[in-house]
Amino acid sequence: MRRLALLAAVLAGDPRAGRVVPPSGFTARLTQFSAAAMAFLAVFALALSLAAGRLADHWGEALARTATVRISAPEGQMAAQTDAVLEVLRTTPGVATARTIPEDEQRALLEPWFGPGLPLDTLPLPRLVEVTETVEGMDAEALRLRLQGEAPGAVLDDHTRWRRPLVEAAGRLRLLGWLSIGLIGAAMAAMIALSASSALAANARVIEVLRLVGARDAFIARAFVRRFTRRALEGAILGTALGIAAVALLPRSGAGSGILAGLGFRGLDWLLPLCLPPIAAAVAFAATRLTAMRVLRGIT
Amino acid sequence: MIELEDVSHSYGGAELLSGISLRLQPGSFHFLTGPSGAGKTTLLKLCYAELRPSRGRVRLFGAELGRMDRDAVARTRRRIGVVHQDCQFLDHLPLAENVSLPLLAAGRDVAAESENLRELLAWVGLEAQTASLPPQLSGGERQRAALARAVIMSPDVILADEPTGNVDWEMSLRILQLLIELNRMGKAILVATHDLNLIRTAKAHVAARVLRIKARQVLLAGADL
Repeated sequence: MRRLALLAAVLAGDPRAGRVVPPSGFTARLTQFSAAAMAFLAVFALALSLAAGRLADHWGEALARTATVRISAPEGQMAAQTDAVLEVLRTTPGVATARTIPEDEQRALLEPWFGPGLPLDTLPLPRLVEVTETVEGMDAEALRLRLQGEAPGAVLDDHTRWRRPLVEAAGRLRLLGWLSIGLIGAAMAAMIALSASSALAANARVIEVLRLVGARDAFIARAFVRRFTRRALEGAILGTALGIAAVALLPRSGAGSGILAGLGFRGLDWLLPLCLPPIAAAVAFAATRLTAMRVLRGIT
Repeated sequence: MIELEDVSHSYGGAELLSGISLRLQPGSFHFLTGPSGAGKTTLLKLCYAELRPSRGRVRLFGAELGRMDRDAVARTRRRIGVVHQDCQFLDHLPLAENVSLPLLAAGRDVAAESENLRELLAWVGLEAQTASLPPQLSGGERQRAALARAVIMSPDVILADEPTGNVDWEMSLRILQLLIELNRMGKAILVATHDLNLIRTAKAHVAARVLRIKARQVLLAGADL
């Protein structure tokens, strides 16, 4: 809280104190550009992270509540085993619905792989039963044992095998997004520290004069901190605005068509990038102050 | 107020000043003379803590320099007005802002003291140059502006390093007159100069002691001046 108050005081401080340091075009532009570029990238990293999180949640939820029973039986026993499976499912706690996937739907599922006009009746395809679970979920192991007894040709696939790596991948992607934001912040701090260091070296005479007339290190540091914090804030506002516009202009496709189509912000998520400029200002404030105090300690 | 006790100072192992003792009391007026490179500027820098002694003790207003932290040194410097040989101005700031720099550095409200600043600039004869940048000023104007900046905090001690080094005789007398006026207000004055005529003129108006740096020592100059 004290740091925030200090940051606000620095930004709103006496402009005459800031004037003691002469304007320096190069470092000003470099800091603004760095902050703008980093904020722009941070918006994308944030969008990626949020999209990955949504995807992980979506895959996790959608797949966790569905299962498939595959029935492979000789032609004469298929109908009987299907009925037996449906009966078992009907009496299984945690099963909300169970339906046999019709042939035309099964054909549609296979069409992307085998092309249209698939002679389904000539292929030894298993019968599929789609199972939807209740919120409480079902006991998959118990169901497997019951199916073994009632319909030996039925195999329960609760999607665990391939759901887990997908959810894990999406989770990692989300983590990478946050890691990227952290790295972007660290890179911005390093760039601003370098710019501040260069500005301090270029203004060695100003610092010397200020020390000679009785200025404390905190006063001198403030003149530089104020300047760099403002530049970083201005740059980050510009970069964030451009980043938000770029994300908003990304092409959209149908729902659930992958992470790229879902990259963006939804609802209140749009407010999150607005946190980036103050964070950039805080990073610049800390980086410049640390650099300035370190440099000043070396001057009598 | 400023006390040096058995102070020595070396640059890169070579001793420039050795076993110096000096005491600046309120209302005292000292000249410090000696050939170029004798250590006049070094001695002044020891007096306002720009340099620390290699040996010996420096006490500023009763406080041991060796025990002062950076903030304490900064606060102490506000009680010592220094006229530097090269004036030490910030060339991008107008004269008035340069002169009021110590007020700003001390956190004082510069706007509230604008009347004092105007009077001070009038006292040194620079009321018409307030908006001029330092490079636009003549040597004499710069020296008088440096004197104005040195006294704006109403310091107890004024140290002047060759304040008449780059000005003609008429301007030297003007600056000397200002220093004498300050001394009569009770300020302790220490002026480093190699201008013996200036010292002789001053001695006709003020009871000034003359110190000479010779062979790394500070000696009291006598009638041989």
